[in-house]
Amino acid sequence: MLSKSQARTFFLGGTIITFVVFLGLSWTSLTKEVPKRTHEENLSAEVIAGKHLWESNNCMGCHTILGEGAYYAPELTKVVERRGEGYMRAVLSSKEPWAPRGRKMVAHNFNEEEVGQLIEFFKWIGNVDLNGFPPKPDYKSTINSK
Amino acid sequence: MKYNSQKVAYWFFALSMLLLTLQIVYGFIMAFAHMGFDGLHEFIAFNTARAVHTNLLVVWILSGFMGAAYYIIPEEAEHELVNMKLAYAQLISLALVGVVAIIGYHFNYWEGRKFLEIPRPLDYLVVVNVLTFLGIIVTTLYKGKQRTTTSLVLTMGLVFAALLYLPGMIWFDNQTMDSFFRWWVVHLWVEGVWELIMGGILAFLLIKITGVDREVIEKWLYVIVGLTFISGILGTGHHYYYIGVGKTWLIVGGIFSALEPLAFLAMALFAVSMYRKGEKKHPNKIALSWTLGTAITSFVGAGLLGLAHTLPQVNMYTHGTLVTAMHGHLAFWGAYGMIVFAIISYTLPNLTGRKLYDSTTGLLAFWLSNIGMLGMTVAFGVAGVAQVYLERKMGMDFGDVQKEIQVHFVVLAICASMFATGIGFYIYEFIKYGRPSKEALQN
Ligand code: HEC
Ligand code: HEM
Ligand code: HEM
Ligand SMILES: [Fe+2]
Repeated sequence: MLSKSQARTFFLGGTIITFVVFLGLSWTSLTKEVPKRTHEENLSAEVIAGKHLWESNNCMGCHTILGEGAYYAPELTKVVERRGEGYMRAVLSSKEPWAPRGRKMVAHNFNEEEVGQLIEFFKWIGNVDLNGFPPKPDYKSTINSK
Repeated sequence: MKYNSQKVAYWFFALSMLLLTLQIVYGFIMAFAHMGFDGLHEFIAFNTARAVHTNLLVVWILSGFMGAAYYIIPEEAEHELVNMKLAYAQLISLALVGVVAIIGYHFNYWEGRKFLEIPRPLDYLVVVNVLTFLGIIVTTLYKGKQRTTTSLVLTMGLVFAALLYLPGMIWFDNQTMDSFFRWWVVHLWVEGVWELIMGGILAFLLIKITGVDREVIEKWLYVIVGLTFISGILGTGHHYYYIGVGKTWLIVGGIFSALEPLAFLAMALFAVSMYRKGEKKHPNKIALSWTLGTAITSFVGAGLLGLAHTLPQVNMYTHGTLVTAMHGHLAFWGAYGMIVFAIISYTLPNLTGRKLYDSTTGLLAFWLSNIGMLGMTVAFGVAGVAQVYLERKMGMDFGDVQKEIQVHFVVLAICASMFATGIGFYIYEFIKYGRPSKEALQN
């Protein structure tokens, strides 16, 4: 039967090996893959300012981005492609809580400059290579979506 | 209790119960918002309610873990806590940081990263707080007569949990990098080091309740935490499928995260078989129910419901939907909520000297809260699966789908009321026990 010291060796050995592999894989991802897949060269000052607005207002507390966040409001990674810039300007600069489908967004009341920064941020993130996420709906053509 | 300083634990547990109550209030606010009743929008917008709900969750669980450590370490090390006053100061500062953070969330003062919303200046206070806590625990352990495996695993879990808080404090310009390291905190906590804490507390409870030989229990403890890390560390990859890193993670994350349920299965088998094997029948039946309950429910909530959406082919569709909320609730409750309830139920009679074993209130608390939580899980699950099909398969608009699934939040609120009633009974019992007393020493 397994002894206590063998059990300990299993724990320590297994942990160290998998942790080293994990660090190795992470290093490769972060140095080789992320710069290309996220187009790091396009991270302009505007995009970064947009990200800052995204964070300081906790948009992730209602929306998801890259599929992470809350489940109360639409996923926004591909929002530029889905709605276009004009629509987004209306949403972001709205003085009243934006709610065409009944559910309310916070009226952030952003100025021109801030709206521009947020839109740049969404344009940048819309171009990140996400291995096919979000999936393309199978039946879109047969269902009448508004 | 054997050592006077163990009574510090009581106050951490009391804080824990208080914060849980508040967490539930904010849960209801969100459930109503999902149903379309967002009358509080002006004052408590959804993102505020959510940040408060999840942060209170983390703080009440951590407060429960700290209480557990302050009770378990003196008993295992056979030594009083080195500094009781400092432990009380640490309790008060934990409560203060928590309260300030939560008030801040009502005034747009936060970092806006899921689960890591605490603003930077408060992060530093959290670090100081946790270092104080670890200082007391580690010094006590060091000065103690013995260092058991149970106490070492528990302490190791707490130390790693503190270290893993740090990657969440690095600032990145790139959202992908941000997300990458956010998971070092969130995933490596709940599917890694917190399982060590859970395993340590579980082993302590089993030793006390079943009377099975320590050597046997601690051997299996090593196997369980071994399985946890071997699967859980590389299992982090199940969060890297669709965030902008490469395809290697689809394979590595898929395979290793699919192995993660093994650790939870081992935990369930371990608890049940030790119970069967035990000669001693400890009279504290309520503590036994919570102990076996946490081992089994965590396997269902974390193990099975985690497995349900962990493969990349499935996760492509369920990623970031209410399916995740379904799993998040039963996993957090089963693994970490219930282990805190188990240690509280075991320690309260020892801390206060009152033996209210086998009370009807205690049993009602157990069954109502668990059945209520299972019902909530089903409600989230049905809403989530419907959302996946309508939105991701059929291509309906997000807002239209949400209208279709509103009714499931009525079911959610009904089940949540049952859950809350159970918690109400538990807290009533907690209060009825009274404060720690001198007479309780030596029990
Ligand atoms: C209180 C929750 C909440 C917060 C906070 C919030 N939103 Fe929204 N947002 C919504 C809801 C709900 C909708 C959908 C409204 C509708 O279509 O009826 C929405 C819609 C949008 C849309 C249009 C998406 C679409 O597909 O129609 C954009 C863009 C957007 N929000 C950006 C943001 C940004 C940027 C922030 C942070 C500065 C933010 N939101 C904060 C709730 C919120
Ligand atoms: C009793 C009442 C409760 C209600 C009504 C409730 C409701 C909710 C709602 C509506 C959400 C937000 C989902 C969204 O983003 O749209 C949420 C999130 C969450 N709740 Fe609760 N909750 C309750 C109790 C609990 C308890 C007891 C726990 C843990 C033990 C818990 C853990 C969580 C977690 C982890 C999340 C985040 C989930 C995720 O991001 O995937 N909740 N809750
Ligand atoms: C006690 C242990 C666990 C807890 C408390 C827990 C909790 C959670 C929470 C709160 C989330 C949402 C996180 C976020 O979006 O920030 C999540 C996501 C996830 N969990 Fe777990 N979990 C546990 C164990 C597991 C296990 C063992 C598996 C796999 C077998 C698993 C699979 C997943 C997956 C795949 C996601 C991502 C969902 C998505 O793509 O939206 N979890 N978990
Ligand atoms: Fe995970």
